[in-house]
Order: sequence, then C-alpha cells, then structure tokens
Amino acid sequence: MTNDGVFRGIAAPLLRINIDTDAIIPSREMKHVSKSGLAQGLFANWRYLNPGARDPNPDFVLNQAPFDRASILLAGANFGCGSSREHAVWALREWGIRAIIAPSFGSIFASNCLNNGLLPVRLDEDSVEVIAASVMEDPLGNQVTVDLGSRSIHFADRTWYFEIGEREQQMLLRGLSPIALTLESADLIDEFEAGDAKRRPWAIR
Amino acid sequence: MDHIVDTMPGRTDQTRVPNGQEFIRATRKSARAAGITLFDINDPRQGIVHVVSPELGIALPGLTLVCPDSHTGTIGGLGALAWGIGSTEAEHALATQTLIVRRPRQTRVRFDGSLRLGVTAKDLILHLIGRYGADGGAGSAIEFAGEAIRQLPVEGRLTLCNMAVEFGAWTGIVAPDDSTIEYVRGRPYAPEGTAWDSAITAWGALKTDETAHFDAEIAVEVGGLAPQVSWGTSLQHIAATDGVVPSLDEAEDRHAKEAMERAQQYMGLTPGQRLRDVPINAAFIGSCTNARLSDLREAAGVLKGRKVSSGIRALCVPGSSTVKRAAEAEGLDTVFRDAGFEWRESGCSLCFYAGGEGFKPGDRVISSTNRNFEGRQGPGTRTHLASPVTVAASAILGHIGSVADLR
Ligand code: SF4
Repeated sequence: MTNDGVFRGIAAPLLRINIDTDAIIPSREMKHVSKSGLAQGLFANWRYLNPGARDPNPDFVLNQAPFDRASILLAGANFGCGSSREHAVWALREWGIRAIIAPSFGSIFASNCLNNGLLPVRLDEDSVEVIAASVMEDPLGNQVTVDLGSRSIHFADRTWYFEIGEREQQMLLRGLSPIALTLESADLIDEFEAGDAKRRPWAIR
Repeated sequence: MDHIVDTMPGRTDQTRVPNGQEFIRATRKSARAAGITLFDINDPRQGIVHVVSPELGIALPGLTLVCPDSHTGTIGGLGALAWGIGSTEAEHALATQTLIVRRPRQTRVRFDGSLRLGVTAKDLILHLIGRYGADGGAGSAIEFAGEAIRQLPVEGRLTLCNMAVEFGAWTGIVAPDDSTIEYVRGRPYAPEGTAWDSAITAWGALKTDETAHFDAEIAVEVGGLAPQVSWGTSLQHIAATDGVVPSLDEAEDRHAKEAMERAQQYMGLTPGQRLRDVPINAAFIGSCTNARLSDLREAAGVLKGRKVSSGIRALCVPGSSTVKRAAEAEGLDTVFRDAGFEWRESGCSLCFYAGGEGFKPGDRVISSTNRNFEGRQGPGTRTHLASPVTVAASAILGHIGSVADLR
C-alpha cells in the first residue's frame, strides 16, 4: 500500500461460501509459538495433493499463474468463519494477500484482519461475481484497485464504496498500534474502573 | 490447559500435538511471570475453558468476558456478555482492560413450546442453524428467549450459546433467572456475603425491556422438534435423525448447491439416502458444547445395561476434571466403560485435530461437538454432530439413530 492507501493487484477468485479458518490454515500447520512461517500451511488441505509431501494441486486457484501472485482474494459469504485462530490472517498476509473482498466475514476473523493490516472489504455477492468473472477472463489486464483513503474499490470502469470504521481506517493507513491508541485514554479507563469497583463490588475479585 | 493436552490416562507434558510440549512450557512460564493463575495439567480445576469458567463461578451474569477462542460465547448462557477474540485483541484486553467494539446488530430468537423427552438444547441450535443457515446470525448479538429457554437448565443454555458462533453470531445470551442464580450460588469463585446480595439484586435487573427493539426477530415452535444430526460439512447441513440426505434441488442458491455437492462427496452420502441407514464406526462424547455433568448423565442413561455395537470406537472425554470427578462419584465412568466407551482425562481431545490424536481418513464419527468441517476431527474424517443422547444411541445401534430407535 502506498502512503495514501492505494494499491492495485491481481485478484484470485475463491468463491466458495463458508470458508472457515480450519480451511484457511489447518491446526496441524500452526506448529510454533510464532506468527511467521505460516504461509506454507495456507489452504494446505486444498493447495496440496498430499499435505504431507506438499505436492501442489494444479486445480487450486492459488497454484495457477498468475493467481500465484495475487494480492487480493475474492471469496464467498461468511469467509473466515469458525475458529478464532489469528494464524489464518497471519498466513494470508505472509503469503501476500492484502485485501479480501467478500459478501460477509466471520466476525472474529474480520477484527483479526484489521489488527494485522489485512483489509476485509464487504461487497454484495453480485458485484463480487462480476469482478470474478472478468478476472477469470484476463487476470493481468483486469486488476483491482483498492483505495483505503476514499474507502472504495475500482475495477474496469466501475467504483464501489465499502464501509470501514474511522479508527480502523486510520490504524491501517498510519500503521498505528491499537494498544498505544487506546492508552491515550488511560485516564478514562482508570476512572471507569474505580467507579465500577464501587458500583459492582461483586464483579471484582 | 485444554486444546493442547493429551487426554489419555496417565498423561504428562508430553502431548501428541506437534510442538505441544514447547507450547505448554511456554504458557506455564509466561503465566508464572505475569502472576496469572494457571489451571495446569494436574490441577484439579483443569478443563476446557468454557466448561471451567462457569463451573468455578469465575464467569458470572452481567460480566463482560473475552477469550481468544471462538466458543467464548458459551458463557452467554449465564447472562454474561462474552465473545471470542483473536490473539492481538487478547493482548489489547490484557494491556488496557478494554476492547473497542462496534455495537452489533441485535437479534432475538424465541423458542416457543416445550421440548419433547430426549430432545435437547443441542437439537434446538442444530435445527436453528439448519433452518436459517450458517450465517443466519450475521454478526449479531442474539438473545435466546421463550418458554423452551426458561425451562432449559443452565447447562443446556451454555450448550445453546456455545454454538451461536456457528450461526454466524457475534455472541449469544440468555437473560439470567432463578435457575441461573441457583447455578452460581456457592461456586468457588462466586461472590459471598453482602457481595452476593448485591449481585443477585443486580442480576435481577438483567432482562430485556418489553419495549426493546431488535433488528431481527426469529420465532421457532419447538414442540414437534425431533432429534437432529448434521449430514454434511457445514452447520447448515442438518436433518432429523429419521430424515434423509437432501436433494441438491433444495439448495437456496448456486453456492449453497455447490457446497452441498462437495459435502455429499466428502461425506460419502447420496441425496435421498436415509440417515438411519448410515453406519458409523466411531462415537465421541466430549467438548465445550456437550461434556458437562448433565450431558454425561443423559448419555449414561441411554448406555446403562447396553453395549456399543461391535467395531465402533467410542470415547467419552469429560469437559473438565471437576466434571470427571463428579461423574466418577456417581459411577457414570463404570456405565461408560461397561458399555464399551473409553473413559478419558479432560481436554479438547478429538473435538479437533491438530496433528496429534485424530480419527482416521474415512472414519465416520457421531460426535457431541460443535463443528463438522472437513478434516475437523482428522484428515478425511467424516463428522456427524448430534446431542450426547443421540451419540450414545447411535453408538449402540451402529448407525445414525435416536433413542427412540432403541426400543
Ligand atoms: S472443545 Fe473443541 S470447540 Fe471447545 S474449545 Fe476445545 S477445541 Fe474448541
């Protein structure tokens, strides 16, 4: 992403619905107490013919040129449902995905994306399909432009606007740490906690 | 310690999950350094987090709770606002004691009528998701209400809220009532004395105003509901145990149809096939959904004096060490063992596969867990979700079936 939050890239269509985080990265691929080295395990059940030996499955979209260089994923509804594992986001990021366009997302997954510089773009199903169809015809010619600053996607001669919270937008644009941002309000938090201890003595231990 | 531990009797830090030992030791070390109480492998309070926190009285009505696990919404069954988060959010919560959350859509699901004997909270939630889809809850906070909920014991409410996330919901919640208060009273971490008095006053106020507005309302009549089972690889692939694998024409759109087709292929089933004719070769009772004492009692009630059908591998993994001890005190372990079930230590166990212990490719498991995704219980393993009583009945029958089929 440039400083103004604009980037253009190849979009890979993976239009199945309900793609869960177990499918994005199976538990057995989350081997270490670390955020890196996960790209290998991305979509392991689908991407490899034999997950042990890692022979690529030629039918899987991310194994096909030029989609193997995709930075945008087009997906079906409820993408990232299931387990809260943040590894799903780390694996997508490390593999090179920077934005996912889908009709809806698992809610924990969407928050995890925003916390890791991956942009979840919610777009109606028909539009996702329109983009997917043109991308299939000419993936290199029909690239997608994401403009975070103006909260829009540009494709061919069309523009779609998407929603993202002010805080999340700023976090992504300016690469801010969410903790530092919240601690700017430490006084308010302390004040609330002191009051809460009086109001709800039973809630504090 | 839940996901990573082995559940074989005599377990140690050595787990079959790759690098599990490294993870256990790192957790132990970090907990000690941060002064956090860890319910470690040999702690009598050990168990699956969503089972442990209500049973110890750590989770209470009216509290706000987060945990980096997607089934945290379970605790909504007590009337707490609880939801699953990712690890970066968990770091944020620990560092600041806050999280910034956008107000979710609000949905009320009313279950009207009374459940028939042998039909449980699990059947309610499976039916709901089967009927409205795996994203029917669309990121909303769902209040479960209605007569059937008021009649449901707290442990059933926990089961229900456990699976709200499988409905695509942000969380589920049930307003606390007298049964909630009785459930919490006297638990190890529950408030005492004057704190208890002020707590029950506060909890009494935790109910929805009559004039409250919901973004969506769903009403389900449950009087005629039969035991439910999943046939496919999504939570919306649900049928009654005496039903059939649906035809692809029943799909509401092209995507659902494709998903159904893939699921039928993976599950080795054909449209129109009667579920009762589907033989199983494994049965699993466990998980944060359905491995509390009442679940084990109900399953044991079915198993008593009966034997698991030959060739079936059957396991019972109590949801916590506390549940395990309580079950043993009632002799439930003997009922399970006599019927041909393995009796395990507590943990997540075969609810999910992480490279350690798993079922085998092609195994067909009837399971009291909450996810039937491809490979969830082992590479190529086929999972059929059902209530503990239905799991027990199917284990005896050797094929999918309900308690009614035993007679
Ligand atoms: S029992 Fe299963 S669903 Fe529950 S926390 Fe453990 S792995 Fe997750």
